[in-house]
Amino acid sequence: MKKEIKASDVAIMKELQGHLPMVKNPFAAIAEKLGIAEDEVINKTREYGEKKYYRRFGATLRHHKAGFTANGMGIWSVPKEEERAPMGELLSNRPEVSHAYERPSFPDWPYHLFTMIHGESEEEVLKIAKGMSEETGITEYDVLFSTREFKKSSMRYFDAWPLPDNEQ
Amino acid sequence: MNLEDIDKRILNIIQTGFPITHAPYTEIGEKVGVDEDEAFNRVKAMFDGGVIRRIGGSFDSRGLGWTSTLCALKVPSDKIEEAAKVVSRYANVTHNYERNHEYNLWFTVIAPDTDEVDRILKEIHRDSGFGPVRNMPLIKKFKIKVDFQFKEKKEATA
Repeated sequence: MKKEIKASDVAIMKELQGHLPMVKNPFAAIAEKLGIAEDEVINKTREYGEKKYYRRFGATLRHHKAGFTANGMGIWSVPKEEERAPMGELLSNRPEVSHAYERPSFPDWPYHLFTMIHGESEEEVLKIAKGMSEETGITEYDVLFSTREFKKSSMRYFDAWPLPDNEQ
Repeated sequence: MNLEDIDKRILNIIQTGFPITHAPYTEIGEKVGVDEDEAFNRVKAMFDGGVIRRIGGSFDSRGLGWTSTLCALKVPSDKIEEAAKVVSRYANVTHNYERNHEYNLWFTVIAPDTDEVDRILKEIHRDSGFGPVRNMPLIKKFKIKVDFQFKEKKEATA
């Protein structure tokens, strides 16, 4: 269920979900914009992290421009349910793997585990996947590369966050 | 854009945790041995140069009580741009890619609840003419690590 969040917090998080003002004192700039004290912005920003509203507070990079040029979605078939958790842990140990998830399989989709694998080239990503296959013994796997990016953005949760009736 | 070792050290720090303080660039500078001006100018140059997409909170759908899912659609290759347009128009869709598979359009949907996800997926089916959309919600999360630690080259000069 969606969390009940106060209007004053939504207003602050709206400023944190995009890009911080590119100035030396970004929290002071947000405070000025919202007409509140800088300390309140700082304390609230820390509080949202403690409440796990955000996973991480920091810079998000464009991997291509930073030299990480290829990424592939590794998909892995682990038919035995009891093996999926240990295999998932094993696959996620790799430093080249950024995300590892279990998702449902289907008759025409025999894969259970998904891993995002990053490397300097597609060849390198395939080589890493081959190593992961050898290490885990998972032989039915594939690597899907993105051939076109239609959209890549950050979710703007707070643009249309419904407020409790008494605060609207 | 060419990144110097000091830029990489700064990126390693600010990806993991941008200081939530009055003068964050002073703190970043102290950690890498430069002053506030230089730390700020280097970060600004990496933002302007496109290496840094954004600095802010990576809000968590689950932490906020929302739900997120990965979806896939089979579309004839000559129709994929039109189908992608239908998918991308939703603010709920943050990632939308063509991939080299029979299921060739892959996208994420983030919504307050699964009813809203289902409603969006039905609309995409109806408006694109393709589907039904294959919905693959998370069963278990093993790892999520979106910062990329850079290895520094051996310093040639001190």
